[in-house]
Amino acid sequence: MTFSLKRVSAGIAVTAVAAMTLAGCADTGSGDSGSGSDDGGAAASGDVSITLLPKNLGNPYFDASEVGASAAAEDLGAEFEQVGPTEATPDGQVSYINTAAQQGRSALLVAANDPNAICDALNEARDAGTKVVTFDSDTSADCRDLFINQADAAGIAKVQGDLIAEQIGEEGEVAILSATANATNQNAWNEAFIEYVNETYPDIEVIDTVYGDDEDQKSFDQTASLLQSNPELKGIVSPTTVGLAAAARYISDSDAKGEVALTGLGTPNQMREFIEDGTVAAFALWNPEDLGTLAAYAAGALVAGDIEGAEGDTFTAGDLGEFTVGADGVVLLGDPFVFDADNIGDFDF
Amino acid sequence: MTATATTTSIVQFDYDRPLWRRVLATREFAIIGLLAAVILVASFAVDGFAQPLTYNYLILDVAPILFIALPMTLVMTTGEIDLSVGSMAGLASVTTGALVQSGAPFEVAAIIALAVGVVGGAFNGYLVTVVGLPSLAVTIGTLALFRGIAVGVLGTTAVTEFPEFWTALAKAKLSGTPIPWIVVPFLVLLVAFAVLYHFTPFGRGIFAVGLSADAAKFSGVNVGRTKFVVFVLAGAVAALAGIFYTLRYGSARGDNATGLELQVIAAVVLGGVSVFGGRGKIHGVIAAVLLIGALSSALRLSGVTSDIINIITGGLLIISVVGASLFAWAKRRRSALSPARAAASSAS
Repeated sequence: MTFSLKRVSAGIAVTAVAAMTLAGCADTGSGDSGSGSDDGGAAASGDVSITLLPKNLGNPYFDASEVGASAAAEDLGAEFEQVGPTEATPDGQVSYINTAAQQGRSALLVAANDPNAICDALNEARDAGTKVVTFDSDTSADCRDLFINQADAAGIAKVQGDLIAEQIGEEGEVAILSATANATNQNAWNEAFIEYVNETYPDIEVIDTVYGDDEDQKSFDQTASLLQSNPELKGIVSPTTVGLAAAARYISDSDAKGEVALTGLGTPNQMREFIEDGTVAAFALWNPEDLGTLAAYAAGALVAGDIEGAEGDTFTAGDLGEFTVGADGVVLLGDPFVFDADNIGDFDF
Repeated sequence: MTATATTTSIVQFDYDRPLWRRVLATREFAIIGLLAAVILVASFAVDGFAQPLTYNYLILDVAPILFIALPMTLVMTTGEIDLSVGSMAGLASVTTGALVQSGAPFEVAAIIALAVGVVGGAFNGYLVTVVGLPSLAVTIGTLALFRGIAVGVLGTTAVTEFPEFWTALAKAKLSGTPIPWIVVPFLVLLVAFAVLYHFTPFGRGIFAVGLSADAAKFSGVNVGRTKFVVFVLAGAVAALAGIFYTLRYGSARGDNATGLELQVIAAVVLGGVSVFGGRGKIHGVIAAVLLIGALSSALRLSGVTSDIINIITGGLLIISVVGASLFAWAKRRRSALSPARAAASSAS
């Protein structure tokens, strides 16, 4: 009968040891994959520690941001780590924001999964002395110190307008393949796009906006129906990476290849084959690596006390140059970056 | 009362040993011991764990799971399962948000959201007991149905305008302690569920139904009513957790509490409730919820990434389930090997 008691005690011991061993291994692992600095305990006072919290882990876009942020942190002499939930949910992020506050990290770089749900947690972290810089997706302005904006609507509208105008010879019918009907970003960009095209290229007519809901198959189907119902269509603009890749896949196998121009916002890895096979001549996006770099330098400047996040503050972000804080604590990365056959080989995200 | 005897069978065969050894040998004690070990080790080995703030965040993080684990324990003890609780929490969140947005006072919105939980739970209960469908199929359906309605009502928008009083209360601490105020309503519910589950004829009926619905029926237990009631309780408490979730994050969204059902079920199983029904202890379940929360918190503070944390908590669950099976197997084997002893044990 001592058998059962022994079994239970052994179970406790083994599980505890296993959990702690795994914890130890994983800790070492994250140290290796990070900047190779000391492991992420509470930073000693005076040391700068930066935590990157993307929307979720395993996302190539944010992996590129991590490369930039990690390099910038190394340049600043800061300890750096990336943490995050596996699913892009606000409650998952709140746990990690709380953890950063408990650890007394000097700065937190966050791509917010919800503008409001993580607000209280961010403000608690700020009360504990952590500087908060949002990037890619902002929160309400009163719960962060700075927002690194990848591109503004005017910049995106202009680069897409200029690209499609160049590809179709500045005249003809153009349609938009967007994300969901109430996607805040895409709606603002589309409005600015239509306005820019109407003013700058009077011979181009934007005839329709359809929604692929950021689903691959639906975007693919919407592309098919756009081409069938609009035989005069000269070009499609898709301001979403999912839509652009799906549209490119449809066009590359259809008669429209070479006849209908396609551009928009996409990632190099998704678009590489379509650039190479000539379906797409050029597309745009900001560089997520630069976004991470700028966020880390901005955090460094905040921690060092060089800036407070007020409008007009200026700081230097390594090779990216000098940046000025705009209204509402927003720092603009710059104009979108255009990817084409000549430079796409330089990028992997 | 064969049901009563069998539910305590794990300790029953040890009647020749002193009480304290019988208590120590239970699965619930193993979980409580593991929880204590994790907290103790983390307090010394993990920077930042040994501070009051840790317990504040820990309790707030697991609060929705703690709440729903109470009725889930009852549901699973009857041998059924409710996979729709996460979606119901989301639907209650959206109901509250949509009503507040349209001008209703928060209190009214919250009561209507609770009513939605009762109706949703009754719908599950009706399909399981009256129509006679398996709860796995029914609640997979309502998981999709409730979530679909929730996302349909608010779309991708979020409602964030809730009264400051309530959002502050959701996170308020008991004066002078790091303990969130939410533990007060939780303890009230805990006592109510513990009494209902372990000390009432209705609770005995829950165990009896889980062990053998036919035997329970012939012993005079109203099987249908018992199952119906536990599903209604699950719906109502899931809605309550959804309202808390809304207040804690100050945000009502269609995707709130997605996947919560799996965290709840994992904790309930880890806490010693048999997935086949008929066996369970409330204190084991509560300890299991806190164990998963404390382990996650300690691992996060150690810089462990979320995928590794999932692997560890998943592994812990597998070990516990496999361990329980081995335990039962060893017991059967021992009984078979020494019939005299088994006879003596059952005679006592």
